[in-house]
Amino acid sequence: MTDDLERVRDDVLAAISAADSLAGLEAVRVAELGRKGRITGLMKTLAGLSPDERREKGAALNRLRDQVAAALEARRESLARAELETRLRSERVDITLPHRPQPDGRIHPISQTMDELIDIFGEMGFSVAEGPDIEDDWHNFEALNIPAEHPARQEMDTFYLRERPDGSRPVLRTHTSPVQIRTMEKMQPPIRIIAPGRTYRSDHDATHSPMFHQVEGLLIDESTHMGHLKGCLIEFCRAFFEVSDLPVRFRPSHFPFTEPSAEVDIGCSREGGTLKIGSGGDWLEILGCGMVHPKVLANCGIDPTRYQGFAFGMGIERIAMLKYGIPDLRTMYDSDLRWLRHYGFAALDVPGLTGGLAR
Amino acid sequence: MKFTFSWLRDHLDTDAGLEEIARALTMLGLEVEAVHDRGKELAPFTVARVISAEQHPNADRLRVCVVDTGQEHVQVVCGAPNARSGMMGVFAPAGVTVPGTGLFLKKSKIRGVESNGMLVSERELGLSDEHEGIIELPEDSPLGAPFARVAGLDDPVIDVGLTPNRGDCAGVRGIARDLAAAGYGSLKRVHHWGGENKGAFESPIRVHLEFPPEARDACPMFVGRYIRGVRNGPSPRWLRERLKAVGLRPISALVDITNYFTLDMARPLHVFDADRLTGDVVVRLARSGERLLALDGREYELDDQITVVADGSGPQGLGGVIGGEATGCTEETTNVYLECALFDPLRTAATGRKLGIVSDARYRFERGVDPTAVIPAMEAATSMILELCGGEASEPVIAGSEPQWRREVELRPERVTQLGGVEVSAGESESILRALGFEVQTDGSALRVVPPPWRPDIHGEADLVEEVLRVFGYEKIPVVPLERTSTLPPPPLSPVQTLPVKARRTLAVRGLAEAKTFSFMAHAEAVRFGGGAPQLRLVNPISADLDTMRPSVLPNLLDAARRNSDRGLADAGLFEVGPQFTDATPGGQSLVAAGVRWGKTAPKHWAEAARPVDAFDAKADAIAVLEGCGAPVAGLQAVPTAPNWYHPGRSGALQLGDTVLAYFGQVHPSTAEAYDLDEGAVAFEVFLDAVPLPKARAAGKARAPLQLSPYQAVSRDFAFVVEDSVAAQSVMRAARSADRQLVSDVTVFDVYSGPGLPAGSKSIAISVLLQPLHATLTEAEIEAASAKIVQAVEKATGGTLRR
Repeated sequence: MTDDLERVRDDVLAAISAADSLAGLEAVRVAELGRKGRITGLMKTLAGLSPDERREKGAALNRLRDQVAAALEARRESLARAELETRLRSERVDITLPHRPQPDGRIHPISQTMDELIDIFGEMGFSVAEGPDIEDDWHNFEALNIPAEHPARQEMDTFYLRERPDGSRPVLRTHTSPVQIRTMEKMQPPIRIIAPGRTYRSDHDATHSPMFHQVEGLLIDESTHMGHLKGCLIEFCRAFFEVSDLPVRFRPSHFPFTEPSAEVDIGCSREGGTLKIGSGGDWLEILGCGMVHPKVLANCGIDPTRYQGFAFGMGIERIAMLKYGIPDLRTMYDSDLRWLRHYGFAALDVPGLTGGLAR
Repeated sequence: MKFTFSWLRDHLDTDAGLEEIARALTMLGLEVEAVHDRGKELAPFTVARVISAEQHPNADRLRVCVVDTGQEHVQVVCGAPNARSGMMGVFAPAGVTVPGTGLFLKKSKIRGVESNGMLVSERELGLSDEHEGIIELPEDSPLGAPFARVAGLDDPVIDVGLTPNRGDCAGVRGIARDLAAAGYGSLKRVHHWGGENKGAFESPIRVHLEFPPEARDACPMFVGRYIRGVRNGPSPRWLRERLKAVGLRPISALVDITNYFTLDMARPLHVFDADRLTGDVVVRLARSGERLLALDGREYELDDQITVVADGSGPQGLGGVIGGEATGCTEETTNVYLECALFDPLRTAATGRKLGIVSDARYRFERGVDPTAVIPAMEAATSMILELCGGEASEPVIAGSEPQWRREVELRPERVTQLGGVEVSAGESESILRALGFEVQTDGSALRVVPPPWRPDIHGEADLVEEVLRVFGYEKIPVVPLERTSTLPPPPLSPVQTLPVKARRTLAVRGLAEAKTFSFMAHAEAVRFGGGAPQLRLVNPISADLDTMRPSVLPNLLDAARRNSDRGLADAGLFEVGPQFTDATPGGQSLVAAGVRWGKTAPKHWAEAARPVDAFDAKADAIAVLEGCGAPVAGLQAVPTAPNWYHPGRSGALQLGDTVLAYFGQVHPSTAEAYDLDEGAVAFEVFLDAVPLPKARAAGKARAPLQLSPYQAVSRDFAFVVEDSVAAQSVMRAARSADRQLVSDVTVFDVYSGPGLPAGSKSIAISVLLQPLHATLTEAEIEAASAKIVQAVEKATGGTLRR
């Protein structure tokens, strides 16, 4: 390269590195490589040279142009990077600011618990049956072997509606057991249903609400016995409370619509005043059950000499309170948002045995 | 049912300890609710002698005592006025908790003098309210012995919750019989039972049963006996201690004896002061309007369904429930008339319920009393009265007779295994039943069983199976997993049953919290929401606020909204999925997903301002529920008609054809005011029972094939000036129907009225997306389509394109 070209090169490279903005750099490019630029001008002079000179000088000019182009590109990148950095620095936000409010809906613990029950018993082949909240005497009492003067009927603290013109008096169902009757009236065995729903008793204090929820279970076929009843409910208790070695105890009891009857206790500990579900030497009653009374089967048109099976019923509030540590029954119906946000469940926290029961 | 351990051992010869017995009872179906073992609780408290009691140097009212515990001499500072040297008292060492006060005793210095325990009062031991001074024991009390034993308090009390079928176990005898049958010892003969007293004279008081034929069962048998010349006074200590231990107040020997047999043999009795009776005893139904001042000090008005034990002057007791004050026994009673009778369980229960009387007699009669025990109980009580109070007994007066109670129930022994799922041999079943007092005869392969007279609850084979199994032991029934009828269970919910689940989850995703509210409400509120029919009113509501089945879920939610809003939760929403009622038949109940939003769409936030909720938030909720439930929402029509609890101009119904699926809108300002809610709250009600279920298609759930066009879609905007009354819906419909092939979407992006437009009109601006399927649209085709759209909208709405 001639001294001239070397001077040009040094001059240009100095200008490139002196450029302190993309605009300044562009001005250098235009001044050297633009249509009227210095190096472009030098390239044009080649046409007037002899072939030998042209070859020699042309090669030198090409080298110079490439060098300059490479220097421009390198400088452009570094300036662009610096400029981006400067811009990003100026764009900083305070990331400790709170995000925009998100929907904060909740599922009530009673619904969540019902979904869990349906999932567990569904897995055992039970399907959901339903009946009306306003019942008649037959389905709520008579068919369940609770005759009019039976003390049990009085103990149920029944809500009555006004008498109908035909003299019958509708009641608010005192338990979900009438769904057993309605189911058996509609279909012949084999039957496997659960019936979660609202129930009503005229009782209102710290541990009783005039409206509450129960789930009924009914299984009728030709051979199911108390061993199966135990198997079914022990598995349920362990799955629901998520304690695989939960002690479960069946002790004799009495209900008009089952014979033999049992109450079911689960193990717990009350050490230090806190209730913990699991083995701990103490017991907690959670449900009633038994073999369906032959009279109840007969009342529904099912032959008790051929069919047998079990029924059970439990309070949904009670098991929800035990599982989720809800201390006061009455708060369930207060619709207090603070309570719902604390004890309620996220919309997509859908219980399932595969994905896990509730959170 | 409460009894003490030693009382149980009067009837049961057993080596079993308290804990074992308690566990056995529960596993027999006699659920032990509490065991109160004061011997154990009071074990650290012992008999001690005060050796010296001197004035405390620094306190006027305290004394420094040296106490001999039988082991050592201990210095105790004591504030009791009766602390004095030589007395016997009860000592509590440091390191124990005083049950009556919950105080933990520590070695301490009281006003500078060391104290190593305390001498306790009755209140401090939780025995009574007595706190005047410390307990004083007799001189000869054994030094160092446990106080509970010395005071006869070491007999544990067992409290059993009886199921309504076990009247026999309302007596200690019945409980002992169950335990013996289950192998926890053997049943003893009771010395006070089975005797007979010769009558020395004829009773001057006769008994007449006077019932109409339909009430003959009210009192099938009544035995009376006159005992003259008794001395009534306190009963002996053993009897008083037992009654006190189970929570009864000792009254006098005569009364305590009747209470004793009530608890011991589940056989209630009554004693009249014979001198206060006028003429003969007549057992009959009360006459309406008759009154009785009962032994509980309350006066009751009677009706003609109540059995009374009357004399010449009127009712003197309510049969099987409670005695009368006027003829009760007192310390002065010298001639007594003893009653032992049978009363109808149902009538007794009804009387007790009607008058609100809870008594030990009612508890037993309503569960059924052994019909064969009338005479033996009369004789046993007579013996005890003669023994404790002296006197001379008349011949018994027997009216009526023992009712028929024998019945035969067949048990096929294999049924025990078939129902119970556990092998129990016929021989085992038979011996269990015999041990419970059943008569058993073998008849071929079956057992012919006669239940004992004290078991009126046994009627069928299943009852016998339960008896065998509960004594055999439920815990011995092997656990058998439930068999599946198919490898995969059927879906637990039918398609229609999934709707409430879907509605709930959808609304929760949208930020609403789920409430559960009562199905009943105040009548006035029900009326405001179109309900309140007489057939939906409760006869016996818990309060007037909860006396009518709800015609809508909204009132409860509005009420809850106000409560939350009052607590400062100003911008939020609630929903409930539950029933509402139009009549009292099963068809009158329907399932609704309803919700309320109030305040702003979101809380105050630095990044963006929230706006007040409006009818379109409620509309979006309603449509989201319907869409979540699989309803064909594209075909929904919004109609500006909604019930009168909505703002008439800012509400509507969502319909499919003529079927209303939902209402939505702003809550009517007067309704909002009635609930003390700020104006502006919005609500929706989705009628889940009206949601059409997707029709089962041949292809199942497969969807229509997706057609993706490779050609550029074109968007064109139009604004139409229409009359105010024209619905945006009709503009959108017309645009869409202009070319169903080409128009793939229509949205409204502006609605304007005001300057520049004629009065009474508005401008609706829509954006139309044209999606060609076969070739890119040419400018001419776009023009043609635009013209069709303009024409269609103008024709449908009477409006004009705004230029």
